[in-house]
Amino acid sequence: MTSTPDVIVVGAGIVGAACAHYAARAGLKVTVLDRGPVAGGTTGSGEGNLLVSDKAPGPELELALQSAELWRELAEQLPRGVEYEPKGGLVVASDEAALTALRTFAAAQEKAGVTVREVPADRLPHLEPHLAPGLAGGVHYPQDAQVMPALAAARLLRASGAELRPGQEVTGLLTGPGGAVRGVRTASGVLHAPYVVNAAGTWGGELARLAGVLLPVLPRRGFVLVTEPLPRVVRHKVYAADYVADVASDSAALQTSPVVEGTPAGPVLIGASRERVGFDRTLSVPALRRLAAGATALFPVLAGVRVIRTYAGFRPYLPDHLPAIGADPRVPGLLHACGHEGAGIGLAPVTGRIIAECLVGGQPPLDISPFDPARFEAGGGA
Amino acid sequence: MVTESYDLVVVGAGPAGLAGAGAAGQLGLRVALLDMAERIGGQFYRQPAAALGATRPQALHHDWDAFVALRGRLAAGRVEHLGRHHVWAVERDGDGGRGGPGERPGGRRGDGEWVVHAVVGEDGGEGGEGGGEGRRAVRVRARAVLLATGAYERQLPFPGWTLPGVVGAGGAQAMLKGGLVRPGKRVVVAGSGPLLLAVASSLASAGVEVPAVIEASGYLGYARHPRALAANPRKLAEGLTHGAALLRHRIPLRTRSAVTEAYGSERVEAVTVSRLDARWRPVPGSGRRIACDALAVGHGLVPGIELATTLGCATRSTADNTLALRLSSTQETSVRGIWAAGEVGGVAGAQLACAEGELAALAIAARLTKPGPYAGPDPRRPSGLDPGRPARVGQLLSRRARLRAFAEAMAAAHAPGPGWTDWLSDDTEVCRCEEVTAGRIRAAVTDEGARDARTVKLFTRAGMGWCQGRMCGAAVSCLAGDGQPPAQRRPLAVPVTLGALAAEGPGCGQEPSRSQT
Ligand SMILES: Cc1cc2nc3c(=O)[nH]c(=O)nc-3n(C[C@H](O)[C@H](O)[C@H](O)COP(=O)(O)OP(=O)(O)OC[C@H]3O[C@@H](n4cnc5c(N)ncnc54)[C@H](O)[C@@H]3O)c2cc1C
Ligand SMILES: Cc1cc2nc3c(=O)[nH]c(=O)nc-3n(C[C@H](O)[C@H](O)[C@H](O)COP(=O)(O)OP(=O)(O)OC[C@H]3O[C@@H](n4cnc5c(N)ncnc54)[C@H](O)[C@@H]3O)c2cc1C
Repeated sequence: MTSTPDVIVVGAGIVGAACAHYAARAGLKVTVLDRGPVAGGTTGSGEGNLLVSDKAPGPELELALQSAELWRELAEQLPRGVEYEPKGGLVVASDEAALTALRTFAAAQEKAGVTVREVPADRLPHLEPHLAPGLAGGVHYPQDAQVMPALAAARLLRASGAELRPGQEVTGLLTGPGGAVRGVRTASGVLHAPYVVNAAGTWGGELARLAGVLLPVLPRRGFVLVTEPLPRVVRHKVYAADYVADVASDSAALQTSPVVEGTPAGPVLIGASRERVGFDRTLSVPALRRLAAGATALFPVLAGVRVIRTYAGFRPYLPDHLPAIGADPRVPGLLHACGHEGAGIGLAPVTGRIIAECLVGGQPPLDISPFDPARFEAGGGA
Repeated sequence: MVTESYDLVVVGAGPAGLAGAGAAGQLGLRVALLDMAERIGGQFYRQPAAALGATRPQALHHDWDAFVALRGRLAAGRVEHLGRHHVWAVERDGDGGRGGPGERPGGRRGDGEWVVHAVVGEDGGEGGEGGGEGRRAVRVRARAVLLATGAYERQLPFPGWTLPGVVGAGGAQAMLKGGLVRPGKRVVVAGSGPLLLAVASSLASAGVEVPAVIEASGYLGYARHPRALAANPRKLAEGLTHGAALLRHRIPLRTRSAVTEAYGSERVEAVTVSRLDARWRPVPGSGRRIACDALAVGHGLVPGIELATTLGCATRSTADNTLALRLSSTQETSVRGIWAAGEVGGVAGAQLACAEGELAALAIAARLTKPGPYAGPDPRRPSGLDPGRPARVGQLLSRRARLRAFAEAMAAAHAPGPGWTDWLSDDTEVCRCEEVTAGRIRAAVTDEGARDARTVKLFTRAGMGWCQGRMCGAAVSCLAGDGQPPAQRRPLAVPVTLGALAAEGPGCGQEPSRSQT
C-alpha cells in the first residue's frame, strides 16, 4: 500500500467491480477488498442475462434501460472480451389468456422505452425452430443481452486500475467524531479512506450492521441446470410469460419459469428457480424437476439431453425488490450498492455510475430516491 | 411414483458394498444394492461382460475365492441387486417416511428417511450421441444409506497425454479384466502408486510386452513407516508377488522418474522418461526415449465422494492431497444415517474395503434394530456395533487399524511433488473437455488474479465439461496454486437427462426394475 485511497469498495462481485470502474474513471483512487476471490460470491454462481424484458415499468426498468446502454459501451471498451452477446429475448405465451397479459405488459414497457416486437404463433419457428408447437404467440425483446459475469467482474476491475485485495474480510467500520466513516478494519489491520462503498451483495446487510444501520438484505436461492454441449438449438433467451409474475412475487414458495438459452461454448443453461430458504445449499430435487419440466415443455427436443451439472446461488434481495444505491443519510461517508436480487449483473454498470456521481458530487443519471438505503428504517422513507 | 422401501440402500457393488450388503442382509435387514454397472464386483472384482463368454475370469484375479464368498452372502441375505442404476443424488426425505414402517425389523421409524435417486439404463459413456435416450428415473427409499462408490484415477497431464494409446493405468487393468482387451503390444506403465505394479504384472501375464514401469516416487518413503509395513504381511506378500512377476518378465522398475512427454502422429509411438528431483521437477538433460504403442499412466486414486459432499458430509485431506470422507469409528459420516466404506474413506484397497463394509453393516443393523425411542448409548463408539458378535467386531477393528496405517504410509510415499507442473508446456491441454491449455490457466492466475481452482474454472471453463473436473481437477488446483485438494462438489454425481429429471415428480415414475446378480 502506497497511499490512502479515496474510496474503499467492499466486495469484488460484479457490482463492486462496476463501482470501482466508474469511480476510477471519475478520477478517484480506489481499493477493492473481498474476503474471497473476484466473483467468489453470487456473481460467480448465477447467470449473465441482461434483461429488460422481465421488468415492469418503474424505477428498476429505468435502471435496466440505462444499464443496457452502458453494457454495450463496456463491451466495446474492455480490452479483453466479456462474452457480450446481444442475442435478444423471446417471451412466449402458451395460451390466449397468457398472450393477452403479455401483450398488455409489453405495451406498457414500450411506452417506457423498451423495444418490443410481437411475434405471432406462426412466426415463432423462424426465431426458434425447436420451440414446442401449439404456443399462442410471443414477444421479441431485441435489447436483452448476455455477458459472462465472472469474466466481466475480473476485466472491469483490471481495466479500472483499482487496487484489488482479495482474501481480506472487513470486520469493522472505522468512524470519526460525528460518526463519519474513516475506513475499515480487516483481519490484517486497518485501511483508511473517507468513503466506503458497501458492495457486499447478499451479505450487504451484515456490513450495514457493522456500521450500525439497518439494511435488510436477504438471500433468495436459485438453481441453474447446465447441459452437455450441443450444437445451437436455442438462439435467444427464451422463457414463458409467467416468469414476470414470479419476479415481483412476495411468496416464499418455489416458483420457476426458467430462462432457456444456448451458450457459445455449447451447453444450454436453464435457470433459475427462486426460493427463500436462507443460505441452504442442499440439493433440491423439486427445484431441479421444475426447471427440467419447464425447459422440456418449451423445447421438447431437450428431453433426451443430459444435464451434467447444477449449481446454486443466493440472490441478494430487499423487501421491496429494489436495490439500495447511493449515500447512506445515517452514516456520512458510507454508500450502498447492493440488493440487486436477480438482476445484479444487468444493473451493475448503472449502479457503478450512480455511485461514482455520488462520490464526486455530480448529478446521478436518474432519480435515485426509490433506491434510498435508509428506506427500511422504522419511521423512515417509502 | 411407486417407490420401493428398504432398511438399507448400498450404493456401489465393489468389495466394500458387497461386504456391507451381504452382512446386513444376513443380519435381517432388507437391503438393496445399487450399482451403475450391470454386474457386481466393482474395480477389484471386475467381471467380463456376460456377452464375452469368458470361461475363467478368475485367471486375472488372485482373490477370486473371496469374491465367490461375498457373492454367496448376497444370495443368503436375499439382497436385492439393482444393476445399471446410476445414482445421481441422495436426498433427505422431506416427509419422514411415507413408506410405512410396518414390515421393518423393530417396527419403528428410523431417525430419518433417505431417497436415493437413480437413472436406469446402459452406461452413458463419454458424451456419446443420444446416450441419454431410454433412461428412466427411479427412486428408492431407505432408512440408512451405505456409500461404497469407490475411487477414480488421478491424472497429471503432460505434453502428448491426449494421444490415442495413452490410457489410465487402472483403466488398462479394467480393460483387461472387464473386456479382456489389451491396450497395446508394447505398453509402458507409468505414474505413481502400488497399482502400477499390479497393472504391469497383469499386462505381462496377458502377453503384453512391458518395457518399463516408471514410478515417480522413490519407494523410500515406505521405509519411514516400518511398523505399518511389518504389520501387513499380506500386503507385503502382494507387493512381492507383483515384484516377482516383474522380475520373471524382466520388467525394469525405474523410480524417481516420470513420463514427461508422449509422441506419435496417429497414436503414441514413444515416450520420454525423465529423472525427477525430490520435488518431482524433471532433471534437465535426463530424458530418454522408450518406444511403445501404448502408455498406461495414473497417479493414484481419488475417492469418489460427490454423493456424500452434496449431503454435507465432512471430509478430510489425505496424505496424497485428495479429499476422503471423515468417518466415525463405526463408519458413519458426519451426517447421521449416512455411512461409508471402502475407498471413499481413503484409498486403501479391496481387503480394507471388505472389512469396512462389514463393520458398517454391523453398526447399521445395531442402530436400526435397537428397540426404544432413541438409539441407545453413544452410537459412535464401537459399542454401537452389534453387541452379539464381539469377537468378529474386534477382529474387524484391528484389521481396519492395520490396513489404514499401511494405506496412510503408502499415500504419503506416493504424494505428488509440487514440481510436477514443470513438465507442462504452455500449450499442453489440461482440461480436455473444454480444451483449456496450461498457458491459459497460468494467464488466469498471473493476469486475472485467480488464486484457486474455482476461480480458474470460472475464468477459463477448465473443469466445466463432461467429466466435471475428474480428469483435470488435480492439475488445475496445482496450477492455481491453491494448496488445497480439489473440491469434490458435484451435485449431480452422474449426468441425468432433462426428460428423466422432469419425470422425477410424485406420481410419474415407475417401480425400479431388478436384474440378476
Ligand atoms: C441462480 C442465479 C441466477 C442469476 N441470474 C442472473 C441473471 O441472469 N442476470 C442478472 O443480472 N443477475 C442474475 N442473478 C443475480 C446476480 O447474480 C446478483 O444480483 C449479482 O451477482 C450480485 O452481485 P454483487 O456484486 O452485488 O454480489 P456478489 O457477487 O455476491 O459480491 C459480493 C462480494 O462481497 C464479498 N463480501 C461480503 N461481505 C464481505 C466482507 N465483510 N468483507 C469483504 N468482502 C465481503 C463477498 O465475498 C462477495 O464476493 C442471478 C443470481 C442467481 C443466484
Ligand atoms: C480403474 C481402477 C482399476 C483398479 N484396479 C485395481 C486392481 O487391479 N487391483 C487392486 O488391488 N485395486 C484396483 N483398484 C483399486 C480399487 O479401488 C480397490 O482395490 C477396490 O476395488 C475398492 O473397493 P470399493 O468397494 O471401495 O470400490 P470399487 O471397487 O471401486 O466399487 C465402487 C462401485 O461403485 C459404483 N458406483 C460409483 N458411483 C456410483 C453411482 N453414482 N451410482 C451407482 N454406482 C456407482 C461403481 O460402478 C463401482 O462398481 C482399481 C481402481 C480403479 C479406479
